[in-house]
Amino acid sequence: MSNQSSEIQFINRQSFIELGARERAIALLDAGTARELVGPFDRVESPWLQMQSVTPQADDGCVVMKGKIGGKAAVVIALEGAFQGGSMGEVSGEKMTAALDLACADNENGIETSAVILLETGGVRLQEANLGLAAIAEIMASILALRKHAPVICLTAGTVGCFGGMALAAGLASYVVMTREARLGMNGPEVIEQENGVDEFDSSDRALIWAIHGGEQRYATDLADALVDDDTEQIADAIRRFVAKGVPPVHRSSRVELYRNRVEALDTSRQWDPKELRTLWTANGSEGEQR
Amino acid sequence: MEQIELTYPAKKKVSQRAHVGVVGSGDLEVLLEPAEGEMATVLIRTSVDGFRDTWKAVLDRFFTKYNGAACIQINDAGATPGNVILRLEQAVEASEQ
Repeated sequence: MSNQSSEIQFINRQSFIELGARERAIALLDAGTARELVGPFDRVESPWLQMQSVTPQADDGCVVMKGKIGGKAAVVIALEGAFQGGSMGEVSGEKMTAALDLACADNENGIETSAVILLETGGVRLQEANLGLAAIAEIMASILALRKHAPVICLTAGTVGCFGGMALAAGLASYVVMTREARLGMNGPEVIEQENGVDEFDSSDRALIWAIHGGEQRYATDLADALVDDDTEQIADAIRRFVAKGVPPVHRSSRVELYRNRVEALDTSRQWDPKELRTLWTANGSEGEQR
Repeated sequence: MEQIELTYPAKKKVSQRAHVGVVGSGDLEVLLEPAEGEMATVLIRTSVDGFRDTWKAVLDRFFTKYNGAACIQINDAGATPGNVILRLEQAVEASEQ
C-alpha cells in the first residue's frame, strides 16, 4: 500500500472509541436492522444509586440492540464506559443476562442468533456490591449456555478497557477482539498497586500497564483473537468475520491444560518481561492449534 | 442529590422524542418527549446540590428560544451551564429531525 493511500485511509477512518455505547451497537449491526430493547424511555434504571446520591442513567449504562450481522440474527449488548465506569449493577446486569438468554432461546427454536458484548467496564458497581457480583455470575452462566449454539464475541475497544468480573466473562467468550488502546485484565493496575505496593505494579506507568494489559500484548500471547485499529469499519468487519465463523471447535476457557502448562513452565524465581512472554507463549496463530 | 422541577408555557407540538448525552462526569443525559397540552415540564436530577437558582436561570434562558410542549428529563453529573444548553439544543435538534 502506498503511503498516500494509507494516509487517506487514516484521515477517512471513523473512530469507534469516540462513539457512545448506543452508536457503537448500531455501527456493528447491518444498516437499518438495529432495534433497541429496553431503551432509555422505558426508564428501567438502578433503584440503588439515588439513595447514595448518584444520578442514575435512564438505560443504566447498558444498551441492548437486536438486529442482523452479515444477514444473520444477532444481539449487541454495549456497556457505556462514561457512566459509572461501565460498572455492572443489578439492572445493567439483568439486561445483559436477559438478552443473552433470549438469544439462547432463539437458537433453541432454530433461529441462529449470535451475541456481541461491548465491554468498557471496571466490573462490579461498588454501590450495588452483591447484586453486581450476582449479576456477573448470571452473565457467565448465560454466556456458557449460549456459546454452545452460536458465537459470543467480546469486543473491548477502549478507553476504559475490561476489568474485574467482566474480564472473567470475556474469558468465556468464543472470540475476543481488542484494539491497541484497550486493556483486559482481572485486577486493574490501581487495585494491584494498592494491594501489593508500587514495587509490584506502578499504576502511573502507562507504558508498563499497556505492555501487560494492552490489546497488542493480549493478542500476541493468544488471549485475544483479533487486534484491530480504532476504525469503525475495520471493527465491524472483524465482528462479521467471527459471526460467520460460528462456534469455535474448542473454546479458550476449555483449554485448561494449555494454560496450566504455560504457567507451570514459568521460572518464577526471576522477573519476566512482557516481550519474553510473547515468545514463550508463542505469538497468536503459531500455536498450531486451530481455533 | 437534588431534584428540581420547573414548568414553562409552551405552544409548539413536539413531533418525536429524543435522547442525547450520558450521565458521565461533567456531562448530562436529556430525555425529551412530546407532552399533552400547552405546557413544558422539566425534571432535573443532579448529583451536585445547591444550584437550583443556576438551573432555573439556564432553563429560563433556554425557554426564551424554545417553545415546544415537551416533557424533559435531565439526569446530570455535574455539567456546566454551557454544557447543559448545548445538550438541550442537541435534544431539540434530534427531536426535529
